[in-house]
Amino acid sequence: MAHSTQPIRPIHFLLGGSAFALLLLLTLGTVGALWWRAEITSSLSPADWSAIRFTILQALASAVISILIAIPTARALARRNFRGRKFILTLMGAPFILPAIVAVLGILAVWGRSGYISDLIASFGLGPLNIYGFGGVVLAHVFFNIPLATRLLVQGWSAIPVEHFRLSAQLGMNTNDIVRHLERPMLRAVVPGAFLLIFLLCISSFAVALALGGGPKATTIELAIYQAIRFDFNLAKASQLAMIQFTLCAAIGAVTILIAQPMHFSKGLDRKSERWDGRETRYRVIDTLVLTLVCLFLFLPLASVLIRGFIPLFTLPITVWVAAFNSVTVAVLSAILSVCMSIAMSAFMIRIARKRKTVSQVMEVVGFLTLAASPFVIGTGLFVMTFPFVSPFAIALPITALVNAAMSLPFSLRVILPAMTRAEDNYGRLADSLGMRTWSRFRLAIWPRLKRPVGFSAGLAAALSMGDLGVITLFAPPDVATLPLMMYRMMSTYQLGAAAGVALLLVTLSVALFWIFDQGGRLEHNVR
Amino acid sequence: MTKFITLAAGLTLALATTAHAQDKPELIVYTYDSFVSDWGPGPSVEQAFEETCECDLKLIGAGDGAALLTRIQLEGSRTDADIVLGLDTNLTERAAATGLFAPYANNPIALDVPTEWTDTTFLPYDWGYFAFVYDNTKLKNVPTSFETMIAMPDDFKIVIQDPRSSTPGLGLLLWVKEAYGDRAPEIWAGLAPKILTVTKGWSEAYGMFTAGEADMVLSYTTSPAYHIIAEDDKTKSAASFTEGHYMQIEVAGKLAASDQPELADAFLDFMTSEGFQSIIPTTNWMYPAVFPSDGLPAGFEQLITPIDSLIIPADKAQQARDKALAEWLTALSR
Repeated sequence: MAHSTQPIRPIHFLLGGSAFALLLLLTLGTVGALWWRAEITSSLSPADWSAIRFTILQALASAVISILIAIPTARALARRNFRGRKFILTLMGAPFILPAIVAVLGILAVWGRSGYISDLIASFGLGPLNIYGFGGVVLAHVFFNIPLATRLLVQGWSAIPVEHFRLSAQLGMNTNDIVRHLERPMLRAVVPGAFLLIFLLCISSFAVALALGGGPKATTIELAIYQAIRFDFNLAKASQLAMIQFTLCAAIGAVTILIAQPMHFSKGLDRKSERWDGRETRYRVIDTLVLTLVCLFLFLPLASVLIRGFIPLFTLPITVWVAAFNSVTVAVLSAILSVCMSIAMSAFMIRIARKRKTVSQVMEVVGFLTLAASPFVIGTGLFVMTFPFVSPFAIALPITALVNAAMSLPFSLRVILPAMTRAEDNYGRLADSLGMRTWSRFRLAIWPRLKRPVGFSAGLAAALSMGDLGVITLFAPPDVATLPLMMYRMMSTYQLGAAAGVALLLVTLSVALFWIFDQGGRLEHNVR
Repeated sequence: MTKFITLAAGLTLALATTAHAQDKPELIVYTYDSFVSDWGPGPSVEQAFEETCECDLKLIGAGDGAALLTRIQLEGSRTDADIVLGLDTNLTERAAATGLFAPYANNPIALDVPTEWTDTTFLPYDWGYFAFVYDNTKLKNVPTSFETMIAMPDDFKIVIQDPRSSTPGLGLLLWVKEAYGDRAPEIWAGLAPKILTVTKGWSEAYGMFTAGEADMVLSYTTSPAYHIIAEDDKTKSAASFTEGHYMQIEVAGKLAASDQPELADAFLDFMTSEGFQSIIPTTNWMYPAVFPSDGLPAGFEQLITPIDSLIIPADKAQQARDKALAEWLTALSR
């Protein structure tokens, strides 16, 4: 592909560069701050090494299984058009953002010793289900990540121009041919990135892994970091472990970026998707079965959140609504920030990639770093950096929005970068030949192709920010709380019922935000 | 994007100005999250103290007890805090070693803490016993010691907290260590099959217990008081163990760098007075350090009284902790 006309302008350097600088500050910078603040040196113990081993193993298993289930699910959602399809896609935003404690209780309501399944098999005289252990950890992580993987893959499917499917139908290709010529190349491009995201998400798991892992065997790096900071005040060890998380991220990131083959579909006319394949009965049966099972798996635990929280929801004190307002403000702010940063970084990377491929690949890995970063390290590191200069209370909400934006950046980048690359490939040259410049070029040629991914990733970022306890714990001034903080404070004072109400409110608001952003991205999609 | 930076700056400014809006002296107390919760002692304590002090009491939640100490260590002598409330005797040695705390001014009136109080830096405000809590309508054959717990049938399960991330978890670790000494690893190995899982904090464990996942949960002897008094629910009981029960004594200390040392001492005096102490039992669900003149609230008389109070002296806690943790990890990682 020839691209010689698009130069790197100062604006790309300025915006893209500062977004990168911010990311590096939040990741490597915070680790550096801890290292600098550490009073003792430290070395890793055998327990730390077994934590590292366990972390990698469970993350690998969780990512592989999530993707394996997500592929048929996404395919079913992509080629079927049925009532409730949009509803499923929207609700899929929900498991992903559940605070650890809510997710654990939701999963146990189904899979626990006194859960629905145990109750069911008890009537056949079978003992209660015991999921605690490695299987429990993977089950929980798969529950969290199937929706994400599915949404990313559905996004991949919708990136295949509908004209391709039309042509295939005209050529009389059957379902297998379509798999070979269209779907497999698309998966080759999308799956590595999705795998990397899930792997990294599972790496920084802690409370969920421990609760369902059945004991200290399920110690993750994140728990070791938490222990180092909170229990031993060994900041040197915390920064060492954080560096290991980054190294893992960089290594896996490099491998996936090398494996991933960019999609080379020709450009379409952005028409509404229509499918002519997969109409045989057996494909219909398979798709129905897959969707039913996955929906049961994902939505039964959510239903239990609904059941538990419904009545308390109506008696929540006014302070909860104030916290809800704070949470929504932070979420919207961080969604906008996250999307702006992703667009700036993508524009910068696409332009650099034409001259220096490796540089842009390194930058892509940097874009993933926040996901491998420990929230405790980021929080504590930022605290160490800012405390000498400004009261933590003064910056509580802005800094929470900023960190949440950075945490969701890997997702937005994963969605926005490929879309922007495609838009540049397909329409960039045309725009250039028409003499379009900067703003109008972006508005007319690129933006229409970015709207959908931008809406989706803004929705993800907002939902993610809603559910995140994040750095607010370190920075929260008196009387300022977010919903997750409120919920944890309730649970720690025996208010389990009220906390269930807050959990439901949290899920509802997150799904609503996700839906609004995602829907916003679809507006006027076919109007041209 | 500039719009949002302006917005963020505006938010910052708004928060910063509200923080310094009043001319009254400000007393800043760092404490744990559940203390400042609307259902914790925080709101009542703030109101009661502000009625007497002509000051503005700011209670700031910062994680749990151990996270609180980390926070103070991070802030060092530059901290704005005047008081730290919510450490316990397992942490006081480490806290005192930071050199950030100053002795309290006035000796308190007689304390109702079941151990002699000699610490001159930290002052207790409440205490309790760790215990396993169960549903007395479901569990009939209640274990009376760690050894009988080990002998329970295979489907008997408990849920405990991780000592590395939770205060009660650490309490259990030291409980077994203090009761069994060198036999502690053997006890843990015996308990291992009974431990359904280990959670990050008390909330997760208690939530799992109330959801019916486990027969018993590690909590406090005073937990049933919450259910009796606040919910009129008599189905929760704490099991009395023949080994005795390990104690947690929660303390507060004044920071040497405080810019309001007199006010801080006034708060510590208030902390051991009736005004503060009468709030504790039904908000923090612990025993007050000084019993109110008209006794404990109705419902507390239904709680078990441990045969023996176990506690590792503050100056030995740190050492005992590290050894016990290593034993615990070995026994449960098999």
